[in-house]
Amino acid sequence: MITLSNVKKSFGDNHVLRGVDLEIARGTSMVIIGGSGTGKSVALKCVLGLVTPDSGVIMVDGQDAAKAERDAFLARFGMLFQGGALFDSLPVWQNVAFRLMRGALKRPKDEAREIAIEKLRRVGLKADVADRLPAELSGGMQKRVGLARAIAAEPEIIFFDEPTTGLDPIMSGVINDLIREIVVEMGATAMTITHDMSSVRAIADHVAMLHDGVIQWTGPVGDMDNAGDPYLDQFIHGRANGPIESVR
Amino acid sequence: MSLLLNPLAVLGAATLGMLAALGRISIYGFSTLRHMFRRPFYVKELGIALMQVGWLSLPVVGLTAIFTGGALALQIYAGGARFNAEAVVPQIVAIGMVRELGPVLVGLMIAARVTSSIAAEIATMKVTEQIDALVTLSTHPMQYLTVPRVLAGLICVPILVGVGDIIGILGGYAVATGTLGFNASTYIVNTVDFLELRDVFSSLAKGAVFGVIATLMGCYYGMNSGRGAQGVGAATKGSVEAAAILILAANFVLTGVFFSV
Repeated sequence: MITLSNVKKSFGDNHVLRGVDLEIARGTSMVIIGGSGTGKSVALKCVLGLVTPDSGVIMVDGQDAAKAERDAFLARFGMLFQGGALFDSLPVWQNVAFRLMRGALKRPKDEAREIAIEKLRRVGLKADVADRLPAELSGGMQKRVGLARAIAAEPEIIFFDEPTTGLDPIMSGVINDLIREIVVEMGATAMTITHDMSSVRAIADHVAMLHDGVIQWTGPVGDMDNAGDPYLDQFIHGRANGPIESVR
Repeated sequence: MSLLLNPLAVLGAATLGMLAALGRISIYGFSTLRHMFRRPFYVKELGIALMQVGWLSLPVVGLTAIFTGGALALQIYAGGARFNAEAVVPQIVAIGMVRELGPVLVGLMIAARVTSSIAAEIATMKVTEQIDALVTLSTHPMQYLTVPRVLAGLICVPILVGVGDIIGILGGYAVATGTLGFNASTYIVNTVDFLELRDVFSSLAKGAVFGVIATLMGCYYGMNSGRGAQGVGAATKGSVEAAAILILAANFVLTGVFFSV
């Protein structure tokens, strides 16, 4: 279980997180929604330790994230970045097998390559992509490679940062289905941040809406449409009028 | 009164800003040193950095040195002629190249070629979240990116300076024997006899210091770059400026240490 308790983070005068409280049960898929600039990515990066919260506590399976041994803690996570964040200088298979080629999870090179190709197949890419450089791939293919990298070491927890941003609707659907399949198949705990409502409906077990630095609403995805929360209602229907200012 | 005080305030703020930056760079430098002795060691990344910093810089260093050595010979010959001292060309070219021009010019060329490339590469990695990705893949960016590059600077730049010194002296030799009428063997004997071990050692030591400065500045500015293309551009510019100034300042200090009477 991942628990965020009263997590606050400011950048100068910009108070991004004003006290986030959130629980993600083990083996479930939580999707955090919210407008651009509401701190969704910051919340996710706080869990991983990429951003240090000003105050509050983040616990992962009863372990304080701030006090955990970094390598062992991070070895439990996989992460798909918004832009893929693939290493330009490495061929695709080495990107996917990055974690398997160094550190505690190091395997022989041939075995790492084999696992990378198998993970590429799992995300719908052929083996001939393995030796290409990331720059030679389309946006959708890069997202799939990023997804393959995120699952390569079979993590217990997977984070997805805007998984469908910049993709056409068909490719978005493919990525959403893949994420759902993989999360269910691996039994992993997933945390996704997005403002794409088709992703929410395809990926989520539970939904949390972040607005004005706090969790405005949280509940099962099935309750989302009839929640009666004016903020959530405005967001999921994409209305310009409502309690959320359209010009922020 | 405010007109009088404003320039002082600006000067004070600039000085404080510069000292703060020096402090941050020093902390980064010590952190790099600490990580050099921590496992894992990224041998492949060190190999790539040695190629980038050392081998691929050889053409630039060689061309810079040969033209500088040649020009130095012409200058000393013309200047020496004013007081009948044309014969000192081999000695002054040797001492000028080895003690001063070799290390400084190689250092500045490395700052232009290597520092800028390291800063732009790491800054782009930061902007595209590749540095964050490294962290999530349990890889410390300091160990994976900074340590191999700084070690490559420490190892390669003294060698490049040594090569630059030799090529610079050869440039002077070619001009002196080809156009100024010097005897070839006498030129070589005068050069070798005049140089002391201390001259060569100071040259290589300066190279090592300049190599560390050049690569460290590239990494520091890259890791601390701002967002977007503008952030990458500013990091690249800042790294080259800082490396060039610190190399010249370090050269002054080291020259004082090695040669003050």
